[in-house]
Amino acid sequence: MHSPHLLSINDLTKNEALELLDTARELSRITDGAIKKLPTLRGRTVVNLFFEDSTRTRLSFEAAAKRLSAEVINFSAKGSSVSKGESLKDTAQTLEAMGAELMIIRHPTSGSAQRLAESGWVNSHIVNAGDGMHEHPTQALLDAYTIRSHFPEHDRDFTGLRIGIVGDILHSRVARSNVLLLSALGAKVVLIAPPTLIPIGARSWPVDISYSLDAEIENLDAIMMLRVQSERMSDAFFPTEREYARDFGLGTQRLKALKSSAIIMHPGPMNRGLEISAASADSPKSVILEQVSNGVLIRMAVLYLLMGGTPIPTEGVLV
Amino acid sequence: MSDSDFLLKGAVMSDGISVDIEVREHRIARIGNSLASDLPAMDVDGAMVLPGLVDLHTHLREPGKESSETVLTGSQAAIKGGYTALSAMANTFPVADTAGVVEQVARLGKEAGLCDVFPIGAVTVGLKGESLAELSAMAQSAARVRIFSDDGHCISDPLLMRRALEYVKAFGGVIAQHAQDPLLTVGSQMNEGIISSRLGLKGWPSVAEESIIARDILMAHYVQSRLHICHLTTKGGVELVRWAKGQGIAVTAEVTPHHLMLTDDLAESYDPVYKVNPPLRTQDDVHALREGLADGTIDIVATDHAPHPAEDKDCEWSAAAFGMIGLETALSVVAKAMVETGLMDWPTLALRMSSTPALIGGYEDHGVIEVGKVANFIVIDPAASWKVDRNKLLSRSSNTPFHDFTLPARVTHTFFHGVQVLSNGQLTGLKYE
Repeated sequence: MHSPHLLSINDLTKNEALELLDTARELSRITDGAIKKLPTLRGRTVVNLFFEDSTRTRLSFEAAAKRLSAEVINFSAKGSSVSKGESLKDTAQTLEAMGAELMIIRHPTSGSAQRLAESGWVNSHIVNAGDGMHEHPTQALLDAYTIRSHFPEHDRDFTGLRIGIVGDILHSRVARSNVLLLSALGAKVVLIAPPTLIPIGARSWPVDISYSLDAEIENLDAIMMLRVQSERMSDAFFPTEREYARDFGLGTQRLKALKSSAIIMHPGPMNRGLEISAASADSPKSVILEQVSNGVLIRMAVLYLLMGGTPIPTEGVLV
Repeated sequence: MSDSDFLLKGAVMSDGISVDIEVREHRIARIGNSLASDLPAMDVDGAMVLPGLVDLHTHLREPGKESSETVLTGSQAAIKGGYTALSAMANTFPVADTAGVVEQVARLGKEAGLCDVFPIGAVTVGLKGESLAELSAMAQSAARVRIFSDDGHCISDPLLMRRALEYVKAFGGVIAQHAQDPLLTVGSQMNEGIISSRLGLKGWPSVAEESIIARDILMAHYVQSRLHICHLTTKGGVELVRWAKGQGIAVTAEVTPHHLMLTDDLAESYDPVYKVNPPLRTQDDVHALREGLADGTIDIVATDHAPHPAEDKDCEWSAAAFGMIGLETALSVVAKAMVETGLMDWPTLALRMSSTPALIGGYEDHGVIEVGKVANFIVIDPAASWKVDRNKLLSRSSNTPFHDFTLPARVTHTFFHGVQVLSNGQLTGLKYE
């Protein structure tokens, strides 16, 4: 990777993205079957800098770091000095003074990861684990990894795949990163949502935009359901949850309309019965738990490539 | 004879005419060619003389936020930038919504003695947009307030806006509106458009500005009062004001130097030095603003000088304060955006930055170089080129978006009531008492 940070999918060339996916696959081959550790980052320290609740993402990064034998310091904003007014700058500098070499940052405001990387406050590598409504690049990478594993004929090129992202595009960092990455890999992304949840500027994105899930569903190779945040209701982006579920939920009828080869994805956590029915979430087409496992592999690959660990051994060892 | 009496020799007016200017008892005594005088002469060797610049939109932060700026440091920055009159916005702590506070600000300005500081009064109590402040008391105070504004906040309640526009007619006041529909801009961080959509920063749509401008133009017409639009930023806003002027409606409008020069793609750095309200817009908007300023649709340039301490900008975008400083760079930025591009000549620049703002504010001692008038004028070197260094500005704050820009035109001398408060670009330590 040419960048010392992973802030946005734009930090990766197409070849770098493929290299990252290949590295994750290599790690999968070595660690498959047992919870094995690799010694590649032994003695190195990474920090989970979480200013927003996200147990799942934090645990995924923590598992990834530990499987590479790195030391992990967990910082979360709740109950910490941040609530007493300590700034991002002070927090990051404090943790770097404790020996951090790489910071995984989750922050409620857009651009915080880039600001941390480019402000000169710290020298660490920065990995964006989700910044506001901006990006969540490791989520997009694990999604691409998951899609690739189900479409082996598209191993190095997603051209010909049509991938639907359904729901709250406006507020979604997952959608933004996926639009960039999946388009760069050659897929055609179609954003499917009520017009109130499509950003004004999306008309300049390399995507199709549709207001009808029914019109799109039978053409999709993968369908990615985004979580509906409860606060969107109070902001009147759509009239009722019932109407949203009826128009944009992946229920039983729409499940039947999917291609036989299509996969169902969700970045989690799900609102069962709202954007996705239990039948869809638990159907054989669902790859939602694979996404979770793949997330650890992708994050291992990111840490490994950014920190330049010792070469990956040919097989995993118990450490 | 006063200590500050002198003869300025070898000056060139903005229209290219060479003149000598004789200053006696703080006023312009004579203007002519090769004047003979017993006064000490100062030869500026063909440099350009302009009436002192007049800013109708300055945040001086005093009282209450003296760590960012004071009336004195703001006055110093002003004369460095060629301003001889400032208009201090009301969003201080306490808010300038009573005769007492506006008189305090006016007194601080007089004590500084470097330029005139005209307080702007708040329209509503505490800038809360709920009830009218005592506008008449401020108008009749020693500060003689004529411009009223809740700047920083829009007077969004249409009935309150109607009442304000009507009420100030009694004393020739004008309402300066910060046009921003608050419900359309909750939590907004930058211009809504292609860039904000990509960056995931909450958008501030142009229509939130334009809908208020349209409403207030109609209202000003209906109640036959004067409306001034603060910091116009959108193409649609320019078109609305152009239409209103065509209808003979008494509306005036201002544009800031930064909106004439910078665009929203600068937010891609997430560096909050580019965070400002109203936000930087698109290239299309910048073109429309420049055209509007050139043809007079936009009457004046106003700085919206908004100082903030370092910690309010050395942070993540969303945590940062809105605002940019501008007093020391305004003339140069306007010269670059408007004169270098051929859109405007120097006499028109003098109208937009001095004469017309003085008329709108009713600042009788400013805006003209004429016999009998107070000697408020500046000498500039239009051919100079200088590099902005945020660490060398006289403002107490350094949040300029023009750091490292190379800009044309430099202010060399500023005369306030004939007192040379700036000489060769340096404060002289003199003041008018």
